[in-house]
This record gives sequence, structure tokens and C-alpha cells, in this order.
Amino acid sequence: MASKLTRSNRAGWLMALPGAGLIATFIILPFFLAFAFSLTNQRLVSPNPTEYVGFENYSDLLGLAVFTLEPERDEAGNAVIKDGEIQYPRLRNFTRRNPDYPHLQGKREWFSWQSGENRTVVLASDVVFMRALVNTFLFVLVVAQVQSGIALGLALLINQKLRGISFFWAVYFMPVVVSIIVVSILWKFIYSPGDGLLNSLLSWLTFGAFSGIDWLGNTATALPSIMAMSIWQGVGFHMVIWLAGLQTISPTLYEAAEIEGSSKWQTFRYVTWPGLRNTAVLILIVITMQAFALFAQIDVMTSGGPLDSTQVLVFQAVERGYGKQDISGGSTISVILFLIVLCISILQRWLTREKT
Amino acid sequence: MALVTPDNHGLRLWTRYAVLLLVAVIFIFPLLFMAMSSLKPDQQLLSDTNSLRAFLPVGDISFQNYSDAFDRAPIGVFVMNSVLITGATVLLTLFVCSLAAFSFVFLDWAGRGLIFSVLLATLIVPYESIFIPMLLMVSQLPWIGFEGLEWGWLNTYRVQIIPFIADGLTIFLFVQYFKDLPRELIEASRVEGASWWMIYRRVVMPLSGPVIATAAILKFLFMYNQYLWPLMVVQAEEIRPVMVGLGYFTDQLNVPWGEVMAYLTIITIPVLAFYLSLQRMFIASVASTGVKG
Repeated sequence: MASKLTRSNRAGWLMALPGAGLIATFIILPFFLAFAFSLTNQRLVSPNPTEYVGFENYSDLLGLAVFTLEPERDEAGNAVIKDGEIQYPRLRNFTRRNPDYPHLQGKREWFSWQSGENRTVVLASDVVFMRALVNTFLFVLVVAQVQSGIALGLALLINQKLRGISFFWAVYFMPVVVSIIVVSILWKFIYSPGDGLLNSLLSWLTFGAFSGIDWLGNTATALPSIMAMSIWQGVGFHMVIWLAGLQTISPTLYEAAEIEGSSKWQTFRYVTWPGLRNTAVLILIVITMQAFALFAQIDVMTSGGPLDSTQVLVFQAVERGYGKQDISGGSTISVILFLIVLCISILQRWLTREKT
Repeated sequence: MALVTPDNHGLRLWTRYAVLLLVAVIFIFPLLFMAMSSLKPDQQLLSDTNSLRAFLPVGDISFQNYSDAFDRAPIGVFVMNSVLITGATVLLTLFVCSLAAFSFVFLDWAGRGLIFSVLLATLIVPYESIFIPMLLMVSQLPWIGFEGLEWGWLNTYRVQIIPFIADGLTIFLFVQYFKDLPRELIEASRVEGASWWMIYRRVVMPLSGPVIATAAILKFLFMYNQYLWPLMVVQAEEIRPVMVGLGYFTDQLNVPWGEVMAYLTIITIPVLAFYLSLQRMFIASVASTGVKG
């Protein structure tokens, strides 16, 4: 009923409408579309009509099975050993159209371990996706801890009254304003094998004892290298948030601590740190969300390699949704990514609520 | 408590500066490497990485890479595109988001609380998790152009601008700032018969310099450095932004590293200059959030 609209109502709606409408169209709608597409076989361009497929996309990504392989046995019932290794039946006898093992159909080995004579194999419907999932969690876990820690260290370092401190402030923050694409290309030179910048530095520090590593070409060092670079780039941003938190702590508390004669560590432990609790929560949430979105570094530096050791969720989503034009597959990964981020922010909020 | 003697103090001051300087070197050396390398021929650029020469303008120094880079790719077009896309988005964002925030804070309307909490909830939706469905969506959106109704937003400026105008974070920043403005000021203007629009334009926005600067800087950085989205939605050369334009150099069989460094320098220096000139503003806005908390 138009007569019920007060002037404030109409003006309020009109002013909020552009912002709310754009957010509804370009954030909320695609968000729900992701859920919808993930239940279909939607492609970017396709001659065939789109069909509802239920949770097939999810089981194609997340399907897991544990299977115990028993060794092949000779007539006496002893395990067959050839060249010092126990012989097992081939896994694909069970995963390819074996009517006795329908739940293994199409799955591939992800990893396995030895238990006595038997070998226990964990199979996944999509091994690459599983690696991406694990790598993403690893990345988030390490980067969130290390980056927030270093950022706090830098904030404490820079939060002192010294001549010219604003110069250092400016420099520490500088990588934040430089595009991650630019940073990634530059760091490829730092990490390059042979005479790369990092190898040269390490060799000089060890008087030539250090022989070069192909940092990005090695499955053991590729992901840690990308972590280190990401921390280098992002740490200035979080240093600024810590600094804002540090400045909220009343100077009278420090004066009191000084009068009490507390050491530097005690001052930090009992004055600074409690005052930073809220900042710490904010920083953890921000870093976690940024870290889950990891994409550009991977795209520029490794493309997920070597041997999928740097595959991550967003890279996988883009590879499917854009690269293979498989919108439904990409959307499914997006939904999984979102659900993980949601769970973690709820968890973080719940954990911090308990303590306060 | 042992008091620090003046002598001792001097030494400690010196160590402090040494630590600060060492950290500064860690943050600055890749950029120094970029700028110096852009002046060197490919061969020397690659061989210099085994010594400190990598950070010095030594050897065969010239601006050859820059002119070669301009010959290889329409860099001017890329830069103009980025300026246009970033500039348009920042301006529209400031207007749309501040207007919405004004409505949320000062006006009373049905559904306000509900809509505001939905907007806040979007803060935990990462853009990366909606780009794939949005790709399909924008490929089918309608648009009224000079030739009437058309379908599909791919390969346009609008697809790079419109989705990023409104975001929860910017609205939230404005809301936080507006809440601290003296309400009497707004009520007084209201009593004098000013319309809401006039209050927004004449009273609130002129008082909002710090939050406008903060919001503009954050949006500028996000837009100028965007990579994934334009990579997916833009194929045409005439509307490519700078980050995607990089492909002209790195997608070569033999990557011309000198030209890459020249290109990186060209697209990074303006941002650094912008940042350094606005740095005081940035510190001030950070300090102001500190005072409030």
C-alpha cells in the first residue's frame, strides 16, 4: 500500500537500492547459482540441454574408499615375494568394472601404507582434487600462523619513536600495493634453479657449500616456496592491522608496567597481548580467507605442478570451470571452497567467543 | 631497573636501525631487481642473478627493452584500459556504497535491519568462489546498447566494472564511519527542511574524507591488480587491462625477460607513486581506526 510508505521509507529504499541491488545480482545470485549448477551437468556452451544430476559432481570429487590388498599367495598359502617385494594383485582388477566391488569403480590410488603382509590403499574418485584440498589446507594453516606472527613482530619493531620510522613503514607495506602477478614473476627469478638469486645467496652464505635447488621444480619445495613468497607479499597489510590494534592500548598501562618494573617480555605478555585479542581474531579471519583464495601465484609460477604438488582449490575450479568450460564441476569446487571458509569462520568465532 | 647509559643507548639505537634496514632490504630487493633488470639485455639479466650485480645498474645499460616492449604489445591501450576500468569502478563504488551506508545509518525504513545483515553476510563469500557461476551468468546477461537490446557481457568494459561496484566491505566501512558522525547535525538539517539527498551531499559526504580515502585506496588496489576475472571474461585486445596484457610477453616460446621486466616496471611504478603520495592519508586512516577501538 503506497499510502503506508513514509517519506523516509521511500528515500531509504531508493538510496540503498543501487548498492543492495548490485550485491544481490553479482554476489548473492552467483552464490546461489553455484549451488544450483553443482547439481547439474551445466557447461559454458553446449548443444545438449542441461540435466539435473543430483550429487554426482560431489561424489566425483569427494568419493573415497579404503581397500586392503592381500598379497598373492602360492599353493601353500604363503605370500609371493619377488625381488624382495611382496606381490599384490593389480589394483585395477578391482576398480575397473568389477561387479563385486561397485564402490571402487573408477577410483584411483591416492596413497597407501603397509600393514603386516597387507597393503592398505586409500582410493579417491579424483586424486588431483584431493591433493588440491590437502595443499590448500596446508597453505592456509602455515600462512595464517607464520604471516600473522611475522606481521606482529614487524608491528612491534616499527611501533617505536625513531627518526625516519615512517620511511620503514612505507617500505614494509610496499609489497602489498604491488600486484601479486608482478610479485610472482619476480620471485620466479629468486627461485630459479642454478644461479637463481636465492641459490646464489645461500651459496655465498655457506661459502659455496650449498648446491642449488630447483625451488619450484621440486615437489618438496614448491609449495613452501609459494608460501614464503605469499607471506612476503601479504605481511605488510597485516602489520598495519596489528599497528592499529597496538595503538588502542592505553599508554597508562605501559606506564604502570614500567613503574612495577616489569621486563619487556612481561610487558608484552600481560599488557600488549591481552590488548590485542580482538585484533588477533580479525587478522586470523582475514588471512584465512585470503589464503583460501590462492590462485595467481600458482597460475604464474607452477600451474599446479610439479606432479600436482601445488594444486589448490581455486586453481582446480578455474581449470574446470573456465579451462574445460565445465561450469558444473567448477561450481561444485566453488561450493566446497565456500563451505570450508564458512565452517572455519564459524569455528574461529566460536573459539574466540569461549575465551572472552 | 638498570638505567641505560647514553653510550649504551647510542649503540642500541644503531642496532635498531640495522635491524630495521635489514628488514627493509628484504622487502625492497625484488623491486630493485625488477627496475635494474629492465635496463639490461636478456643475456646479462640472466647471468647477473649470481651476484650483487643483479641489483646494480652495471654493464650494458639502455632503455632498449622499453622500446621493444612497446613494439611488441599495445601497452598504452592496456594502461588506458586499466585506468578507465579502475577509475570508473572506484568512483561508482564510492557513490553507490556511501549512499547505501547513509540509508542504513540515518534513515528508518522497513526491512533495513534484514537487508543490512544479508549484506554483512556476503563478507564471507570470497569472490573466487562465485567467479565460475558468474562467468556463465554474465555470458547471458542482457544489455541495452546503441543498437538496442543485446545479450552477453563477455568482452566488454561493463563486465569488468559493474560486478565490482558494490561490495559488503565498502558499505561496512562507510557505515562504521557514519555511525560516529554527530547525529544532531543531521537532525538539525532535517528540521531546517533539507532533503535526505541534500544532507547526504552537503553535510555527510564533505565530512567523510578519511573513509572515502580508505575505501578508494582499497578498491583501487583490488581493481588495478585484478587478474583472474579479466583473464576469464576478456579476450579482445582493445579492452584488456594491464595484468592480462602480460600474457603478450610471458606466453612466448622464448620469453623476452628484459621486456617483461620493462613491462612490470611500467605497470608497477604508477601504483607505487600513487601509494607513496597518499601514504600519509593511509597512516591517518589507520590511526583513526585505532583511536576508535
